Amino acid sequence: MIKYREVVETNEMIDRENLDVRTITIGISLLDCMTDDLDKLNDNIYNKITSVAAKLNETAETIGREFGIPIVNKRISVTPIGIVGSSACKCVDDYVEIAKTLDKAAEKVGADLIGGFSALVSKGMTSSDELLINSIPKALTNTTRVCSSVNLASTKTGINMDAVRLMGQTLLEIANLSSDRDSVDCMKLVIFCNAPDDNPFMAGAFHGVTEADAIINVGVSGPGVVKNALESVRGEDFETLCETIKKTAFKVTRVGQLVAKEASRMLDIPFGIVDLSLAPTPAIGDSVADILCEIGLEYAGAPGTTAALALLNDQVKKGGVMASSYVGGLSGAFIPVSEDQGMINAVEAGAITLEKLEAMTCVCSVGLDMIAIPGSTKATTIAGIIADEMALGMINQKTTAVRLIPVIGKDVGDTVEFGGLFGYAPIMKVNEFSCDDFVNREGRIPAPIHSFKN
Amino acid sequence: MEKIIITVVGKDTVGIIAKICTYLADVNINVLDISQTILKGYFNMVMIADREGSSVDFSKCQEDLEKLGETIGVQIKCQKEEIFEMMHRI
Repeated sequence: MIKYREVVETNEMIDRENLDVRTITIGISLLDCMTDDLDKLNDNIYNKITSVAAKLNETAETIGREFGIPIVNKRISVTPIGIVGSSACKCVDDYVEIAKTLDKAAEKVGADLIGGFSALVSKGMTSSDELLINSIPKALTNTTRVCSSVNLASTKTGINMDAVRLMGQTLLEIANLSSDRDSVDCMKLVIFCNAPDDNPFMAGAFHGVTEADAIINVGVSGPGVVKNALESVRGEDFETLCETIKKTAFKVTRVGQLVAKEASRMLDIPFGIVDLSLAPTPAIGDSVADILCEIGLEYAGAPGTTAALALLNDQVKKGGVMASSYVGGLSGAFIPVSEDQGMINAVEAGAITLEKLEAMTCVCSVGLDMIAIPGSTKATTIAGIIADEMALGMINQKTTAVRLIPVIGKDVGDTVEFGGLFGYAPIMKVNEFSCDDFVNREGRIPAPIHSFKN
Repeated sequence: MEKIIITVVGKDTVGIIAKICTYLADVNINVLDISQTILKGYFNMVMIADREGSSVDFSKCQEDLEKLGETIGVQIKCQKEEIFEMMHRI
């Protein structure tokens, strides 16, 4: 029988330490919607999404109520539109039409965001992939819920530098199109190396072509719970520290497993994975940077940060895999800047730089995330930053990503407000030395050797 | 069995348990276990009950208990047991 202190512990995690289910994401395959008639394609997409996800909102609310745990987001991911639209789309505006259809379908079923306006171009770009990428700025500024991602590198294929260069320009174009709103639409685009097919988190979620017709993926989160647990072991040795993180990650992930199973049963859609990421929000006490401080750093970014983050990330995974047999997605600690009050504090104190963040992404689950940079940054410089991050993922056989926001009209020292869960961010300094001649070379960086690991 | 966990927190007063148990008896929910303490004048209780065969569905029971809590001046939360089982048992 469940004990009194166990009930109190669980409810304290929820009520005081911001334990929540960050997202229930339904992955929907749109492969069977494909046709060469754009109107028909749009109808097919709308009908499929609105029928498969019809009960998404209602189900999430019921589960949240029954177990007393907040379910923060209800989302949808779809097959990369670069594939789905390849036959019907003849110009940029055709792809924008599909984005509007996705937006409409997401609104109809009450999904917060819909991901999958994506292209998989890690080795080469088809003409339709290129059209899709060229349509991203217009698609994102003409919709509110659509999220986009481009996978342009992998350990198996190398880095598509033509796509890297194009994404540098694309990002600036989005920034310019939404310059009246602090270039906010840039946060709906993620550039990946080794993107997972089953990621439930936005903006990078898409439903991979290796996936079934429909699938439920759940993302849990609880940086506050880990931070709180660590407060009780201050000054203890590393073994105690690691044990505490593992146990906490286990508990958090079990909640995700329960919610995923229940959602799968109620929606009659197979359960895919639980993503056991530590995803922060700007709420006080819901910060990954605060965990690093609790481990023993003055600020995130101080010497020792990469080691502390490596330890944290590894223990979260070790605890999480014990809790669910199907762990997937990004699974690990996220280190977005604007969405994490502790990270914002570190930037404001001058404790963390873009280069240190880059080092941290070698050992954590994603990459350079939600970082505001000066709007005057050159497209080639942005492409250089993307290339660096892709190289880390490619060589280390891990997912890495870039979500930068070049804020037009703002510079280092300014702050930009994204609102709600997206928080605010001080503009970070970018190394301005040129990489033009490097980025402007055509072609791709070859896949790395898988031996002689030094 | 369909176990539910009822948590009650609030300022201590006469008849909290009586009122809750009366409601549960009325809707045919069987109480299995009660743990209760008073901490600095605050009433804390965790009750485990079985709602199999109950005359009301889970969401109605939740709503009724919430309203009952308002009339007594305490907060009553009602959750399905699985979340605690999952979290604390391997």
